[in-house]
Order: sequence, then structure tokens, then C-alpha cells
Amino acid sequence: MADAAKPATLFEKIWRRHVVVDRPDGYTLLYIDRHLIHDGSYFAFQRLKNRGLKMRRPDLSFGTPDHYMPTNTRNKEDVTNPDSKRMVTGLAINGAEHGVTVFDIGDRRNGIVHVVGPEQGITLPGITLVCGDSHTSTHGAMGCLAFGIGSSEVTHVMATQSLWQKKPKTMRIDIDGALGFGITGKDVILAIIAKIGTAGGTGHVFEFAGSGIRQLSMEGRLTLCNMSIEGGGRAGMIAPDDKTFAYIAGKPYAPKGAAWDKALVEWKALPSDAGASFDSDVRLSGPDIAPMVTFGTSPEDAVPITDRVPDPSTAKDATKREGLTRALAYMGLTPGTAITDIKIDRVFIGSCTNSRIEDIRAAAAVAKGRKAVVPSWIVPGSGIIKEQAEAEGLDKVFKEAGFEWREAGCSMCLGTNGEIGHPQERIASTSNRNFVGRQGKGVRTHLVSPAMAAAAAVSGHFTDVRRMKV
Amino acid sequence: MAQDKDPQEKVPARKPFTSVTAVAAPINQANVDTDQIIPARFLSLPREKMSPHLFRDVRYNDNGSPKPEFVLNKPAYKNAQIIVAERNFACGSSREMAVTVIQDNGFKSVIAPSFGDIFFNNCFQNGVLPVMLPEARVNQLLRFLLELPGAEITVDLPTQTVKGPDGMVDTFEIDSFRKDCLLKGIDEIAMTLGYEADIAAFEKKQRSANG
Repeated sequence: MADAAKPATLFEKIWRRHVVVDRPDGYTLLYIDRHLIHDGSYFAFQRLKNRGLKMRRPDLSFGTPDHYMPTNTRNKEDVTNPDSKRMVTGLAINGAEHGVTVFDIGDRRNGIVHVVGPEQGITLPGITLVCGDSHTSTHGAMGCLAFGIGSSEVTHVMATQSLWQKKPKTMRIDIDGALGFGITGKDVILAIIAKIGTAGGTGHVFEFAGSGIRQLSMEGRLTLCNMSIEGGGRAGMIAPDDKTFAYIAGKPYAPKGAAWDKALVEWKALPSDAGASFDSDVRLSGPDIAPMVTFGTSPEDAVPITDRVPDPSTAKDATKREGLTRALAYMGLTPGTAITDIKIDRVFIGSCTNSRIEDIRAAAAVAKGRKAVVPSWIVPGSGIIKEQAEAEGLDKVFKEAGFEWREAGCSMCLGTNGEIGHPQERIASTSNRNFVGRQGKGVRTHLVSPAMAAAAAVSGHFTDVRRMKV
Repeated sequence: MAQDKDPQEKVPARKPFTSVTAVAAPINQANVDTDQIIPARFLSLPREKMSPHLFRDVRYNDNGSPKPEFVLNKPAYKNAQIIVAERNFACGSSREMAVTVIQDNGFKSVIAPSFGDIFFNNCFQNGVLPVMLPEARVNQLLRFLLELPGAEITVDLPTQTVKGPDGMVDTFEIDSFRKDCLLKGIDEIAMTLGYEADIAAFEKKQRSANG
């Protein structure tokens, strides 16, 4: 074990505290404090059962069905596909059998797993958290180590509450200087991925730091860490600070009273020590970040709204050139087209990336007093967020502006619940992946922030939201 | 606290991986994501029904007819058991079906300059060997495989080598933990249950620290 006096990173501090066994071959059995499950965990439960195993610590697992439930209904009977229905209904059944807390469909606490964890105070600074979903990196915004795992590893955690891990490398990503007006966590992470590439962080855990990060709200930080995986990093982390503690205080599963005071002392000791070293360092200038829009089929294909669709012939190598050419053909875009000249057919505001109350408010501020000119959906991240937005009258703002106000769930981010676009349909989406076919076969996805998506909804094309009166 | 019987008795060990000599299929595209390998709409299917949907949307036309230009539809690669792909193969979603659907189509090993981290881990969970070779060598292999459809590659785990159609042998790195698990067909859950006492001791320590 490393010398305790040596300056340590946030990651290193959490890692050290969770080592169950260090093997001489470099593998560590890492203890898992929280395990989040969802309707997609169905097969992992099945595997556990087939092996005759029990969950070791059902009290440390929390479930919420999100991937397979349509967002125009809260009745599980409305799930028409029998395979999907089995996944949605299976979670509550498996949860009851194993003694796991499940926020089922119909419970106001139900929602997208990566929204529900922080919202319920299940996600806390200093813990290890895993989930069978790559966007588990989201939770690192609370100052914990959180990463996505495969279905076999889900079964492993169910049976042993631990995972075999090789210690990842660390990368510090500094955002120097204040972000400009109207710049969100989404713009920051897209700018980072455009710089480092979609494999830039492979094998690394990111720590996002610098004044540009401190400035972000918890919602903005969750968005930022959410897309760490799109930069290749399995986990993204942000040191907890007063904003973090204020967000957690009073949440249902957060520590209370004396336990809170004790936790706070520990949490305040978590940030990386001065002089702690990282395996690599990346810096971006905060003031230089503009609202970002993706034009291709990889999240690294992102440019500022003021820019144009790039020319593949300027790509740095043959692989990139071929990739860009293929991407532009799929996207139906011509090099040199101004991003603001790209017309859209549909808008999706939601997903574990951008469905929190601040996201909904930002979209509503743009929608207010305007009219959507394309079909536009707002899908809140949880029942609680939906209630809060309704209490603030935001649902009315959206309805008056011709947006569709829906129930919580993953929805059109990946369409496992049947909510997908049409072939060649061009969607401005606040989700996380613009992959080929991600939102439906042939669908052309452009990733943007909620305000930018709402601006596109009311304009019919991409628009610099900073130029709109909000 | 100890297991009432040896966990290895409950679950037979997985089939070990040692070596494969077989036709290799070239996927000459970077950043192939797991959504392409198995589109989301098939994820709720039981495993036995999923295998026809490998690369569904790039492999088949809307009417279900195979696209003749797609590598896995070409007769020369019919018996391929190795995939050679460009960098950042299988990035994106954690869906383990991306591994199992490749495996159920007869593939035992995937060679690329780099992989999505979660897919890379998922391979080992299923006894599929992911091999990282330098990008220049992978590009060379891709060229061979495209020019000589049906050419064979040998991936040998004990010696950690890949022998290309040109006879050149490259060595690759693999963690000894992963190598051992593959060679012996070790089931990770069964192995971890052998550390039950350590896990229980950790939990006790954590409880007293929080108490």
C-alpha cells in the first residue's frame, strides 16, 4: 500500500478504502458499497438463480425500472412486447424475492437509475457504486467512484458484493477559467470529448477539476460525469464541495444527525491532495467553450454552434478520414454546411444525461412564449422531477409551446422501450450517443444541451441559444 | 460463514481457452460501438434467439436480405472464428450481449489496437480473448485479410502470440490474472466465493468504522 503521507488523488483515497484483497498479480478485489439495478438486470438475476446463489447484501442494492417502460403510460400492462414486459415486471418480482428496495413503476421515486441514485441520497461521496449500465459514471459527480459493468459482473456483485479490478490510471481534466454565459455541463463534456477523442480516456478514471467545474451546479456536474464513458473513461469524478453537501442534505437515504456530521468530516477530506499526481493531465480554457453540437456518429464529432460541418479530407489520418466520410453520408450532411443551417425533424429532451430539474428549467426558459415547429418531447428523469416541474408550472409552459410532456424513463435515448425515430429523421437530442441507429434504424442524432435542443425545437434548425432572448 | 460446499462443485468450470487457428474476418472501421454489434431493440430477447442479429443493421437490408458487401456475408469468411477490427472496438454501451452474440456466431477471439473498457472486461467473463496489437500491425493484418479472403490467423494464449497470414508472429500483453482464468476456465464468481472470509472481515471493519 502507498505511503499514507504521500499526496493522494480523490480516486486513490476511495480505492484504498475499498480493497478487500490485493493479489500479487495486480488484481484487487474491490468492495462495492452500492449496487443499482434496473429492468435490464433481468438476465443477471436469472443467472444468479440458475446457479442457486443468493444476493450477499440485498440491503446495498436499489432498483428502478427505466429502460423498457414506455413514457406515455404508467401501466405495466401497456407494455405490448412480451420480452420487454418480462424485463419491466421482472424487477419488482426479483426485488421482492431477494429483499431489494425497488422504486417500481407508479412510485413517484421511479425514474432513470442515474437520476434516482443521487436524488434519493443513495449515491454519496467516498463510496464505490456500480450498475450494469455504462452511464454509471454519472454518479462520480457526487465525489464517489462509480462505473458501469457487464451483466456477468452484475451477477458477481449480487453474489459477492465485490469485483475483481485492475487499478485504472487517472487523468485530470482541468477547465481553467469561468464558463461563458449559457454554457452548460453538456457543452463542457462535448468540448472535452472533441479534444481527447472517444477513446482518449480508455483505461482511465477522470477527475474533472478547475474553476470551470466548481462553477457548475450538481445537475451540470452529473451531466459532465455522465458522458465520461463517451470519452473512453469508465469513471469520472468531481471532488465534493459545499454544493455537493447541500445537494445531499435531507435526501431520503443520506445520513442524518450525528451520522451526517461524521460523514461530513470524512467527505471534506476526500478531495485530491495538493501535489497529488495523475497519469495524465488535460486542460481546456473555460471561457473558450461555446454551445456544442455533434454532426457525426461519434460523440467526438462535436463542434461549436458557430462552426461548420468539417471536411473529411482535412482529417488527421486515413482511419479518421474514412470514419468521417461514412458518418457524413449517414448523417446526410455536406462538408462546409453551417451548423445553424441544419434543419431538424424532431427534438428529444431527456435521458440520464439531461433530464434533471435544471435541464427542464433551461428548456422551459427557451420554450416559454414560443412554439415548437417540430415534434418535441420532454421526458423528465424521475417522477419526483416531474412533480417538481409541474409545481413550478413548467409542464404548462411546454404544453402551451406545443411540446409533449411525458412520464419518466430512458425513452428515446436508446429506444429499448419502443420509442424511436423514423429512418433519416434528424433529431436534436439531449442524450449521450449519436451512434448509427442508436435512436432507431437510420435515425440521425445530434447531441446538444437542453437549452440548445429547445432552441432548435422552436426554430426548426440549430440556433445559438446565447442569441435568443430568454 | 464458510461455503457449505466447494463452489466449484455447484458450477462446472468454463471451457478453457488455449489456442485458435481459424479464418479471420476484417472489420475495417474504427469506433465500432456495441449498438452496431447488437442494436438495442434485440436486447430483451433470450440469448438463444439473439445470434442472427449480430451487426443486424449493417449486415442486412430492410427486407431482411443480406448485404453482399458486408464482410460476414461473404462466403470466404463463413467459418471465421477471429475478428480483426480497428481502434476502439466495441465502445459505448455496457451490454454484454455484444460479447455473447459474437461468441454465439462462432468467434473466439477479437484483435484490435484498442477496445471499449467494458467490452474488454466482458470478453473475459465469457471466455472470449480480446487481443491488443499495435495499430500498424492491425492495419497490416486487415490489408492481408481483405486481399486474401479466407486467410487464417493463429491466436495462442499460452505463448501470448498472434501469427498472421504472412507468417509473422507478434506477442501481446495480457494480465496474468486474466490469462490464468482463461487457460483454466476459471469461473470468477466461484473463485471469489473462496474469498468469503476476506469479504466478511472487510464488512466487519467497515461496520465498526461507521459505527
